[in-house]
Amino acid sequence: MLRQTIAITLLSLRSVPERWGPSLVIIVGLAGVVAVFTALLAMAEGFQSTLKSTGRDDVALVLRGGSSAELNSGLPRDQATLIKQVPGVRQGGAGEPLASAEMIVIAELLKTGDKTGSNITVRGVEPAAFALRPQLRIVDGRKFQPGLRELIVGRGVAQEFEGARLGATLRMRGSDWRVVGVFESGDANESELWADVEVAQTTFNRQGFSAVRLQLESAAGLKTVKDALAADPRLNVDVESEQQYYSGQTRQFRQTIGMLAGVVTLIMALGATFAALNTMYAAVGTRAREIATLRAIGFGGTPVVISVMIESLVLALAGGAIGALLAYLLFNNLAVSTLGANFSQVVFQFKVTPMLVQRGLLIALVIGMFGGLLPALRAARLPVTTALRAA
Amino acid sequence: MTRSGFVFANLLRKKTRTVLTLLSVVTAFLLFGLLQAVNVLFSAGADFVGATRLVTQARVSFTQPLPMRLLPQIESVPGVDKVMWQQWFGAVWQENTQLIFFATDPGRLHSVYPEYLMPDQQWKAFAETRTGMIVGRNLAKQYGWRIGDKVPISSNIFPQKDGSKAWTFDLVGIYDGKDAEWQRNTNLGWINFAYFDEANQFGSGRAGTFTLRLFKPDQAARTAQIIDAMFENSPDETKTQTEKDFNLGFFKQIGDIGLIVRWILFAVFFTLLLVVGNTIAQSVRERIPELAILKTLGFTDGNVLGFVLAEAAAICVIGGLLGLGVATMIGIAIGGGGNFPLAVDERVWITGVIAIVGLSLAVGLLPALRAGRLSIVDALAGR
Repeated sequence: MLRQTIAITLLSLRSVPERWGPSLVIIVGLAGVVAVFTALLAMAEGFQSTLKSTGRDDVALVLRGGSSAELNSGLPRDQATLIKQVPGVRQGGAGEPLASAEMIVIAELLKTGDKTGSNITVRGVEPAAFALRPQLRIVDGRKFQPGLRELIVGRGVAQEFEGARLGATLRMRGSDWRVVGVFESGDANESELWADVEVAQTTFNRQGFSAVRLQLESAAGLKTVKDALAADPRLNVDVESEQQYYSGQTRQFRQTIGMLAGVVTLIMALGATFAALNTMYAAVGTRAREIATLRAIGFGGTPVVISVMIESLVLALAGGAIGALLAYLLFNNLAVSTLGANFSQVVFQFKVTPMLVQRGLLIALVIGMFGGLLPALRAARLPVTTALRAA
Repeated sequence: MTRSGFVFANLLRKKTRTVLTLLSVVTAFLLFGLLQAVNVLFSAGADFVGATRLVTQARVSFTQPLPMRLLPQIESVPGVDKVMWQQWFGAVWQENTQLIFFATDPGRLHSVYPEYLMPDQQWKAFAETRTGMIVGRNLAKQYGWRIGDKVPISSNIFPQKDGSKAWTFDLVGIYDGKDAEWQRNTNLGWINFAYFDEANQFGSGRAGTFTLRLFKPDQAARTAQIIDAMFENSPDETKTQTEKDFNLGFFKQIGDIGLIVRWILFAVFFTLLLVVGNTIAQSVRERIPELAILKTLGFTDGNVLGFVLAEAAAICVIGGLLGLGVATMIGIAIGGGGNFPLAVDERVWITGVIAIVGLSLAVGLLPALRAGRLSIVDALAGR
């Protein structure tokens, strides 16, 4: 029986080139489904990996209670000082706590080739901010000088926004800011502009900060800091590790994209299943005589069923692979941006991961199986005599 | 047998094939309808607001509040009829559901947005109740709020004077829109600015953004220019644009949704073209001798071409209309909920019908031409 199956399967696969037209329908149909599925989820994947790698688990982020995002939060100067003194924070070289009080505001910038502005985060930072983000390096130009209206920009922003190139001048609240450096960090920081916090506060007429970042002794030290800050009656703050904070921000985006991908894939998959059924019915129909002949000379029904199924699965897999390849070629590492939790743009890249390709191919196989099953059964049940007599 | 009867009889000959092809067309147009509705929402969705209103925001970004002291200057600009201001409240319902709530002056809201319909006594109650709020019909329906309810809403930005971020408002009015489009966009809530400004911890004097109603829409560009020039080189530089542009700019920031949607539509249509085109081509191939007999009987080339084209069109039209119909029903089912009112409306149908006609021609024309050009002798001889 195994030999029979192999013989029939090879026979039917070899005859596929003679039936290119109908076979192409399965391949193209599934390429479409898998390409759309993979591309959509690659977008969610890229967004998530960008934000996930941004946060460190040994850095605590302190926000005003109930704020949920840095933009909504506000901490007066005296509270920021209190927060920095909390036990559990690592000391710097001169014995001062390794902590950075930061202020963020939003500025509108024009995307290259765009007429409407997009929101970009401008972050005022203290010197310790660089020690808290060791992954961040200046790749072009230099750091801003304290006390001057100078900015450094993330690589993602510098690429997407023409007003934020090295040497450019940005106008914010009636004053000019010069871009003096470009930095790289491989994460969401790259979507920001950085400046000296004191200068930013003066320009934007703010006294306080948005958040305080604390370098913990270790990741386990988060609880110590949390408890100490909760026990202080002068403060009402939320404490999270940076990693928790950034992961939390991806939830809504992932859900939205996940739902879109689910609905679109489901509907397209239905359509592709109908198309696959059609193709395989046609394939069985045109080969009715051949199949009947095989049955007449002693081949069993099961090998026929299996061979039709295998043909359908092979075509589906080929289609799926083409789709995944298309998604990879067209979308992998494509840089796009969307609104993040701070009402400002987060630049990220599509990531077509092996896991997504695997899932895409699995979907293709499932569709191929459904598309092949009914026609296969019909082929096996074909009454030999009628089929032989048919035209 | 009539000609249309003949076309249908041919379609019913291979029922499985026709049904399966029809179903692929239905699913494709279902997807088309839904995605096109998303597309409309993000691109043309702001059309209905009209051009009689301008939004003045801080030039740096709309998250930076403008101070109240700009109000008299803006009001004095010629061409400006009414001015209101709105401050984003950062409203959060229960655990973590963000709602769109603004603090504003009730009387000014009424005069700047006459499209919002609400009984006069509710407008009056909103103006007179310090802790009052009004919400759109859809929002009220979604959370089952009734007039007279005390609704607890917290803010993720503004604490009250005592530091608490839990606010409570009295629901004094539920407004509706003046037409279908405005009715779909009733997902907002408004609270009384006077109370908000006094009770929040950060002190008063911030207006947020201003919304201006003009006497005539054609003054929009000029008025915007005058206002922005007025505040140039001050710490509170402004950016003034029509309400439509403001909304479009906001949607655009979510990402180039339109582009992604167009990619998906392209993939769907290409797939569909192949599926249906192939099926029809095959059914023509199988029937070549029959078509030759038709011609022998005296049907002209044009007749035969017409039969094949009609068959293709029948599948596309029936499947397409069914698909759009299902999409419309899904749109109605989910239309009210969420912050994004999705509707499969006449604009979607128009593009849908165009797509149906295009698809019919694309898949039917080649097989039809082939059938039309068929030479009787060759076809009967099976060459």
